[in-house]
Amino acid sequence: MGVDAQIKCRNIWKIFGADPEGFMQRHNGNPTADDLAAEGYIGAVRNVSFDVHQGEILIIMGLSGSGKSTIIRCITRLNDPTAGEVEYEGRDLLKATPNELIDIRRHKMGMVFQSFGLLPHRTVLSNVAFPLEVQNLDQLEREKRAMEMIELVGLGGRENYFPRELSGGQQQRVGIARSLAVEPDIWFLDEPFSALDPLIRAEMQDEFIRLQQMLKKTIVFITHDFEEATKLADRIGIMKDGEMVQLCTPEEMVLNPADDYVAEFARNAPRDRIVSAAAIMKKSSAKTPGKISGASVSAAAKIGEIAEQVINSDKPTPVTDAEGYLLGHVDRDRVTKALFGKGDIV
Amino acid sequence: MNSAVTDVGKTPQSSVPGLNAFWVQMAAMICFTVLLSLVLDFMKVWPQEWILPIKERITEFFTWLDKEAGIGQLKFKTVTRSVSWLLEQPLDWAEYILYRGIKAKQLPAIFWIFMPVIGLAVLHKRFGLQKCLIAVAAIWAITLADNVVIQSGLYELPRTTMDALGIKKLDALPWVVIVAGAGILGHWIGGWKLALFSAGCIGYLAVMGLWRDSMKTFSIVLVSVPFAVVLGLGLGIWVTRSKRAAAIISPMFDIMQATPHMAYLVPVVVLFGAGQVPAMIATVIFAMPPMARCTILGIQTVSSDVQESGRMSGCTPRQLLWKVTLPSSQRILMLGVNQVVMQTLAMVVIASMVGAQGLGHKLLFSLQQLRLGAAVEQGLAIVLMAVVLDRLTQAYANRAPGELASRETGWRARKHLWLFLGVTVAAYLLAQFIPMVEKYPRAFTFTLGRNIDFALRAFSKHAYDYINPVRDFITVYMLIPFRDFFLWLPWSTVIGVVGLAAYWLGGIRTTLLTTGLITAVILVSGNWEQGMLTLYLVTSAVILCVLIGVPIGIWASRSERAARPIMATCDTLQTFPSFIYLIPVIMLLKVGDLSNVIAILAYATVPAIRYTYLGIKRIPEVTIEASIANGTTPLQRLWKVELPIALPEIMLGINQTIMMALAMTAITALIGSSDLGQEIYRALPTSDSGRGIMAGLGIAVIGIVADRLIQAWAAERKKQLGIN
Repeated sequence: MGVDAQIKCRNIWKIFGADPEGFMQRHNGNPTADDLAAEGYIGAVRNVSFDVHQGEILIIMGLSGSGKSTIIRCITRLNDPTAGEVEYEGRDLLKATPNELIDIRRHKMGMVFQSFGLLPHRTVLSNVAFPLEVQNLDQLEREKRAMEMIELVGLGGRENYFPRELSGGQQQRVGIARSLAVEPDIWFLDEPFSALDPLIRAEMQDEFIRLQQMLKKTIVFITHDFEEATKLADRIGIMKDGEMVQLCTPEEMVLNPADDYVAEFARNAPRDRIVSAAAIMKKSSAKTPGKISGASVSAAAKIGEIAEQVINSDKPTPVTDAEGYLLGHVDRDRVTKALFGKGDIV
Repeated sequence: MNSAVTDVGKTPQSSVPGLNAFWVQMAAMICFTVLLSLVLDFMKVWPQEWILPIKERITEFFTWLDKEAGIGQLKFKTVTRSVSWLLEQPLDWAEYILYRGIKAKQLPAIFWIFMPVIGLAVLHKRFGLQKCLIAVAAIWAITLADNVVIQSGLYELPRTTMDALGIKKLDALPWVVIVAGAGILGHWIGGWKLALFSAGCIGYLAVMGLWRDSMKTFSIVLVSVPFAVVLGLGLGIWVTRSKRAAAIISPMFDIMQATPHMAYLVPVVVLFGAGQVPAMIATVIFAMPPMARCTILGIQTVSSDVQESGRMSGCTPRQLLWKVTLPSSQRILMLGVNQVVMQTLAMVVIASMVGAQGLGHKLLFSLQQLRLGAAVEQGLAIVLMAVVLDRLTQAYANRAPGELASRETGWRARKHLWLFLGVTVAAYLLAQFIPMVEKYPRAFTFTLGRNIDFALRAFSKHAYDYINPVRDFITVYMLIPFRDFFLWLPWSTVIGVVGLAAYWLGGIRTTLLTTGLITAVILVSGNWEQGMLTLYLVTSAVILCVLIGVPIGIWASRSERAARPIMATCDTLQTFPSFIYLIPVIMLLKVGDLSNVIAILAYATVPAIRYTYLGIKRIPEVTIEASIANGTTPLQRLWKVELPIALPEIMLGINQTIMMALAMTAITALIGSSDLGQEIYRALPTSDSGRGIMAGLGIAVIGIVADRLIQAWAAERKKQLGIN
C-alpha cells in the first residue's frame, strides 16, 4: 500500500439551516455544538479532515444520521459543503466550476449507490454504457467497453435485460459495472450492499475484494455495518454526529478505541479476523532476536488463523516476523482471553 | 396515536383540544351576525350602490385588447390572428388525413412540409440528427424559393405527377385503415384483448353512422393533445427549475383547475372569435395544467439515487433532464398525457358551444332539440372514443419500463409499424375496386336512435305519472326550502363562519385568503345571489353524493366480490365527459332544480366511493385484528375503528366530489338554472367577458375555499393519527 494521499479533505463543514454561510462567518468558521443547537442549525458534517491514500480501501462508518453519506457527497460535490477544502491532483475540488466538475466526473470518479440508481428504461448494456454515452463516445466503442465491464462483474449474457428483470445483487453488479466504465481513479461506494440479503451481501463483498485485487483503485466506501467494514477495510473512519471520531486500521480500533462510542462498535467485532498475533504476544526480551526453526506463527497472522495451532500446543508458540526472526510468544491463555475476554485484550 | 390519547385526557368530551371552544365561538358568530343583519340592512344584503364595476372593467379590457392594444404598428389582433393561422395548419392536415382528403391544389404544400419530416424521423439515427435537420431546412428553403420566385416546377412536381396519373384527389385514410390502426396500436401496447376492444369500439363509430363527426372530433383531439403536452411539459420543467416561476405558476394552476371548462371559452371567443381554432385554443389551455402537474410531480419523485448516479456519470444539466430525469418519470408523464387526452375530450364537447364541429356539436344540437335518441348515440360515440383513448394511454403508462422496446432486431422489431403500412397500402388498392373499403356504406349503418326515441315516448307516457309527483314533492318540500335558506343567509354570516372555520383549521392566513377571495370575487362584484344558488345546488348534490357514495365505498371494502365491479364501474364512469350525464337526467326528469342536482350527483359521486374504499382498505391489518381481539362487533368496528381512522381520506374524497360538483354546475346551466354556471352560459353568445370570467372565478373561489378548509382539516387530523 502506498502512502501518497490521493485526496486530502481539510476542515469540511456541511451545515443545514436558514443561512449556513452567514452562520459560519458569525462563529469564525468554527461553531461549537452548542452554537448549532442554539440557532437551530444542523451540523451534518463538522470539521472533518482526513486523507485517502493511493490504492487503499478507506471505509467510513457510522449509524444513520452520523454524516457519513453527507461527507461522501461533499467530496463528490453532489452536495456543496459549507466550508472546507478537498484537494485532488493539486487543486481544490470545491472550487471547480460546473464544467470542470462534469469533466472530472466523466474521467476520474465512479460511484455506486445504495439503491443502485439504475435507469429503469434502459437495458443493462445501455445503463453501463451511459457514462460513456454522455461523453458522446461513439456507439460501437462505448458498447465494446461496456461489454468488458459487464463481463468483469459476471453478468455476461444478460446485457439485454432490463433492471427490473434482475435480482438485487445482479442490479448492484450493473451499478458497479457502470461506475467502472469510465475507468475512474477514485471509486466511491455509498452503502453498496446494504440493500441486499445477508447471503447475497457476503457474496458481493467477496466479489468486491476480487475486483479490487485486480483493479487496485483508491476507494472510499460507506457502510453502517461494522463487520463489513472490518472485512474490507484497510482503514476505518468512524463518524458520530457529524464528526470523525477515530480513523485508523481495524486492529487499532479494536485494541485502542478512542472513546466509548467506538468501543461499543469494537466490542462486537470479530476479533479472530482482526487482531494479529503481534498484538497479543508476550514480547521477547532478547535484544537481538534470533532465527527460529520448527513450529512458529507469523506476527501478521490473525488470531483466528493461529488459534488451533496455539491451543493444541502445550508450550507457548513462538511468533516470528516475515524473515523468521523471533518477536515473542503466544500461549493458550492469551488466545482465549483475546477471543472471549470481556475487557482489554492484552 | 399517543398525542391523541393525551389530548383525550385533557378534554374528555372531544379528541381535538379546544373543540368545544370552537363550537361556542361559532354559535356566537352566527348569532352576532344574524342579529346584526336584522338591525343593519347592509349586513344582510350587499347594497347595490356598493357593487364595484369589476365585470364592466374586464369587458372593457378585453374589448381594448381586441380592438386597440398593440405596440406601434403591431396590433394585438394581428398576433391573435397569426396564432390562429398557425394553429389552423396542423388542424387542417389532421382533417385532410382523417376525413377530408387532399385536393390537388393542397398537395404540394403538404408534400414538401411532411416528406422531409418523415425522412428525418426514419433516417436521423443513421446520418446523425444535425445533418438531417440541415437537410430538412435546405429542402424547405429550396421549395419555398421555388414556389415564390424561381417557379421551375419543382414545387409543383407532386401536383403535376398527380395530374399526369389522372388522380384528382388523394382520399383520406379509409375507415378500415383507422379501425385496423386502432387494433394494431392496441396489440402493440396491450396485446390481443386491447386490440379487439379498440378496433371494436372505433369500428362501432362507423356502424352508428357517426364516422365523419367522430373524425372531426378526433382531429381536434389529435392536434390539441401534443400542444397541451408540450406546453405542460415546458411549464412543469420551468417550475421545477425556478422558484420564482413556481411562486407564480403553482397558484395559477390551482385557480385554473377549479375554474369550470366553460369559463375558458368566454375570453377566447372575444380574442379569437368563434370556430374550430378558438375551440382548440380553449381546449389546449384547459387540458394543459394536469400535464404540468404530472411533470412537476414526476421530476420531484425521481429517486435521489437515480439523479445522483446521473450526475456522477458526468451528465450536463440538460443531459440529466432529458436522459435521466424525464425517462425515469415516464410513467407519471404518461399518466399526465392520459389526463390531457381525457380533458381534451371533455372539453371538445363543451367547445362546440363556440363552434367546434363534430360529435360535441351534434350532441349539443340534439340536446337542445330534445332528440334524446340521437343524443344517446352521439354521447355513446364520445364515450367510446374516450374509453379507447383512456385504455390505450393507461396501458402505455402502466407497462413496465422498456417493455415495448423489443429485443428483436430488424423488421420484426417494428412489425406493428410495417403491418400498419401494409394495411394502408392494401386498403388504398382495394378501395379502387371495392368502395366500401374506403367509406362505410350508409346502407349498413345501424342506429337505435329512433327506437330509443320511441321507447322513451312510451316510457314517459306511463312513468311520468309516477315520477312527476315524486319530483314535485322533492322539489317543493325539500329543495326549494333549502334554496330559500341559502338565499336568506346574510352575507356577513357566511363570511364570518368561513373566516372563523378557516382560523381554527389553518390560522390567520387562511382566514384572510378565504374571506378575501369571497369578498372580492363574489360579494363586491355583485354575484352574491348566483353564488349562493351555486352553493345551494352543490351542497344538495354533495350531501346526496356522500349519503350514496360512502355506504357504497364501505360495501366495496367489505366484500372483494363487490369491490371489483364497483371499482371497474367507477373507472369507466370517470372517463365519461361530463356532458353525457345530462342525457339520462333529461330523459327521466325533464328540466328543473332536481335534474340539476341529480346530474351533478351522477357525475360527482365516484370520488366519494373511491376514497372511502381506499381509506378503509389502507388501515393496517393489525389495527383491525387488534379491534377484533378486543371483542368488537362488526358494526362497532366500523363506527369506532374504521371510519374514524379513514375519515381524513374520506374527507379528501368529498373534497374531490365538491370540485367535480362545481365543475358540473357550469354544465347543468344548459338545462336551466340561475346560478353562476348560467352566468357563464349567458355570457357566451354576447361575448360579455367580464360577466363570464367573474362567474367562472366565483365558482373557482367556492372550490378553493372548500379545498383549503378540508385539506387543512385532513392534514391536521392525519398528523394526530400519525398517518402519512
